[in-house]
Amino acid sequence: MTQDNHGKAYKFGMVIDLDKCTGCGSCMVACMSENNVPFKEDETNKKDSITWMSIFKLTNGKPFPETDICYMPRPCMQCGGKGDHGHSPCISVCPATATDYGHDTGIVSQIYTRCFGCRYCMAACPYHARYFNWWDPKWPDGMEEYLSPNVSPRMRGVVEKCSFCYHRYQAARDKAYHEERRDNIEEGEYQTACTQACPAGAITFGDLNNPEHEVSKLVKPDTHQCGKPRNPKAFRLLERLQTNPKVYYISEREWVRKAGDNYRDGEWGK
Amino acid sequence: MGFSMSELKKKTENSSSDTTEDEESGEQKTGGHCCDKKDRGDSGVGMGVLFFIASFAICFLSGWLLFPSLLYSKKEQPFNFNHALHVAETGSCESCHAFRDDGTFAGVPKNSACIECHESQLGETEDEAIFMTEYVEKGIEVPWHIYSKQPDCVFFSHAAHVTGAKMDCVTCHGHIGESTTMKPYQENRTTGYSRDIWGENIWGIKKNSWDRMKMDDCAECHQEEMGSKGACFQCHK
Repeated sequence: MTQDNHGKAYKFGMVIDLDKCTGCGSCMVACMSENNVPFKEDETNKKDSITWMSIFKLTNGKPFPETDICYMPRPCMQCGGKGDHGHSPCISVCPATATDYGHDTGIVSQIYTRCFGCRYCMAACPYHARYFNWWDPKWPDGMEEYLSPNVSPRMRGVVEKCSFCYHRYQAARDKAYHEERRDNIEEGEYQTACTQACPAGAITFGDLNNPEHEVSKLVKPDTHQCGKPRNPKAFRLLERLQTNPKVYYISEREWVRKAGDNYRDGEWGK
Repeated sequence: MGFSMSELKKKTENSSSDTTEDEESGEQKTGGHCCDKKDRGDSGVGMGVLFFIASFAICFLSGWLLFPSLLYSKKEQPFNFNHALHVAETGSCESCHAFRDDGTFAGVPKNSACIECHESQLGETEDEAIFMTEYVEKGIEVPWHIYSKQPDCVFFSHAAHVTGAKMDCVTCHGHIGESTTMKPYQENRTTGYSRDIWGENIWGIKKNSWDRMKMDDCAECHQEEMGSKGACFQCHK
């Protein structure tokens, strides 16, 4: 199904090189300020803090000198669901149709004014990428002036999540229309805030359907297998669930790639 | 089959006649007083019906006539703007309501755009005098009330509609370019949205494409033109 791309569908995806990530947290900060993500004075309780982009620390669990760690940034995976038909875990369970699959972009939406906060989607998401607003946002004095007008702020009682900075896609499309390119946007015209903020250049963003884009070159997605990476160093989180995420990770280290799913004994490498 | 049906009919007839008999006998038992009661009861019912109709009419009319005026607050624009005059002078909507280079729509022009022509007072109207003395000379932007302002969560791309789909301004905004006066801005006291979103007609009836600006109206046109209402993110942010 194509919606309004005049027969052409994008499939925006992200590739994160875990060997380059230093865990500095720039992507998290950039994401929060770009998307008007609310925060509290005390953010120590991670069960009620909101982080569209979150960094996890992995360890190989070995004693010195073999010990090794890896930082893993985790945005919303923008799952295509089984068979890549748009039946993502969160979309399938939403009773309000507050979240849907953009077949023209491959991005999973979240409409705050439509959500009534049942949090089924949070339970369904295997990546814990969705967050609930337990309170109305409270901005420090004068900070409202810094909020982005391109992202609507959320209210108490709704779920929010990473949108791959969809407003930047909207802006890029506006420009393309204005320049009479219809909606043919260039790779550089639509980049997420985290991609641009990463000082190590660990995050790459682009159209997985376009073989010219860097993301496609990096992971070589297999279109016959719902975008499964053909690059042996690349993997997706919880691949066996067949959620078909559009966020890929790359690592030279085998233990990191193995940590991407819960493999049973003897299952790894098959 | 036919036999059993007629039997059934008989049975029901009997049972119904039974009940009427019972009622009649019941009335007879109560005797003479019952007639007075019956008369009074009838006039009471008549009054009740009258009362119901009257109060229904009052509630109905106040709901449809009084409620809308209570629901919307009216605000006058800072001063009157004559669209017809300016369209005649400049030639088109785009000469004032323009796109920025990045494809975003500038909407209502800022003073700097107005000053390109209004370096000094051009006409003799009182409204222009207000504009010059209160806003241009003091360096304050005019706090216009935007009739077509959409809620926070809405993303509307003028570029996609005007440049991409070659749509006319009139399709959504109506014949505002031919107006000589600014109507008062009406704000919904509950939602804070402009009246133009719901439409002037409180019943929600629309005759023209520019009568309403609700999501249903967007979806209706998208369904007709694109064959799909589109994904949520197409118009939301």
